[in-house]
Amino acid sequence: MPAQSIWTLLSWGPDGWLDDIAYGVIVTVLLALATLPIGLTIGFFVALGKQSEEPSLRLAANIYTTVFRGLPELVTLFLFFFGMPILLQHLIRYFRPEATIDVNSFFAGMIVLALIFSSYASEVFLSAFRAIPKGQYEGGYSIGLSKWQTMRKVILPQLLRIAFPGLENCWLSLLKDTSLVSVVGLAETLRNAGVAARVTKHSFLFYSLAALVFLGLAVVSSFATSAILRSLGNREAQR
Amino acid sequence: MSATAAMVERPPPRARGWPRRRIIGYALVCLWIAFGLGIVSYLFLAWNAAFFAKYAPAYLQGLGVTLSLVAISMVLGAIMSLPVAYGRMSRNRILSGLAYCYVYFFRGTPLLVQTFLVYYGLGSFRPELSAVGLYMPVVSDWFQLLPHVSIPAGLAIGRFTLWDFFKDAFNCGVFAFALNTAAYQAEILRGAIESVPKGQWEGAASLGLHKLQTLRKIILPQALIVALRPYGNELILMVKASAIVAIITVYDLMGNAKLAFANSFDIQAYIWVALVYLVMVELLRHAVEWIERRITIHLKR
Repeated sequence: MPAQSIWTLLSWGPDGWLDDIAYGVIVTVLLALATLPIGLTIGFFVALGKQSEEPSLRLAANIYTTVFRGLPELVTLFLFFFGMPILLQHLIRYFRPEATIDVNSFFAGMIVLALIFSSYASEVFLSAFRAIPKGQYEGGYSIGLSKWQTMRKVILPQLLRIAFPGLENCWLSLLKDTSLVSVVGLAETLRNAGVAARVTKHSFLFYSLAALVFLGLAVVSSFATSAILRSLGNREAQR
Repeated sequence: MSATAAMVERPPPRARGWPRRRIIGYALVCLWIAFGLGIVSYLFLAWNAAFFAKYAPAYLQGLGVTLSLVAISMVLGAIMSLPVAYGRMSRNRILSGLAYCYVYFFRGTPLLVQTFLVYYGLGSFRPELSAVGLYMPVVSDWFQLLPHVSIPAGLAIGRFTLWDFFKDAFNCGVFAFALNTAAYQAEILRGAIESVPKGQWEGAASLGLHKLQTLRKIILPQALIVALRPYGNELILMVKASAIVAIITVYDLMGNAKLAFANSFDIQAYIWVALVYLVMVELLRHAVEWIERRITIHLKR
């Protein structure tokens, strides 16, 4: 194979690898975006459990965060990716003995990242809950709002604004953690860069490109979050 | 309005009996208990003396590798974080810009990518790295005189190149981890130092202490109390992140688990390793909390 210039390697098309890496970037972003709503929802309910008056709910929520913050991301991923098919196989054997189960790496990554993201996000939500004075709830009740209405119309808008910077950090680490899913075979940015590196023997070039992609995603999301924060701030000011 | 308003206008009464949240709470706790019992009974039923005898020593050795990797890179990172933190706080535009770029790069990219960049990426520069070397005294091999008599040949001069360093996966792991944690630790240090009020600097200056003395005797003792918790968190993050060196073929705790799973296809390989990590992280977390309680006794009234 003749030595190719790096511009050929980085071109779009059959000779270059840019299209493969761009495809990987899309998978990375989709994985992170698909995880976000699940993680936020679970995190919110775990935080609700943690600040509940009910000791059993607090205990259950605390076990959740202890486990998923204490385990390394990679171990959680491997446990889920390799353990879930075995578990499902045992369950499904009762219905259809011949069926085999395979866990999709995108799906496994989504679940695992959501578990990790939600355990970190729940801490952020919890400290935001504590920052909201009790009078806000009482004010809500006193004008005749039900518990759920108070939560949705009075507490949640303030909660999101307080929790936003912390959630931004969670999002950035979620974005970085997506690279771990490459280990179980998801063709995302790092995986495709690794394939390119092995085929072309230009490891440094392609791994730097992957690093730049993640850096670029971080920059883009910091722009996006500051725009969101500005609009949240504006809404506050208009009131 | 009267009927509904009467119901909702006072804060909810103390729960008695079986309100919904108690049912949910008990159900969730039962679920966790069932989960825990499931894992324990699985480990009990799947107890495999041969598996344990074969892999337990490997796990123990892997634990040693993990701990030494984390310890070395934490210490190296702490040393390297000093100039970075200095640069971040410097008024010199160029210095602070450089330090900012360093921190931004290492905090903005995944540690896995950085590790690959070091382990696989530096392989692209093998000729250059092999060219840079230095001569170091090494204890050379034993010198065989007779079949049963051998004497050490003593010191010899060996050439040790950068490539000799970077071809070893463990060294690459330490290198990448130290660079990464230096960026985080620099931010922790900067935040802690900046959390000390400016009056402390001024007061020390008015007593005639110079800057280094002020830093050592006035600022750092106050800053380190603030920094303890973030440092502890960083240590825990490093212990957790150290699992990824298993991917670059280092046989740490996770690496041995991967090997055991690849050989036996037995999921308990990962369950055991998960338990070890969980215990390790919890011990560290409680140790940090204990130290924090100890050193902030004088701040409580």
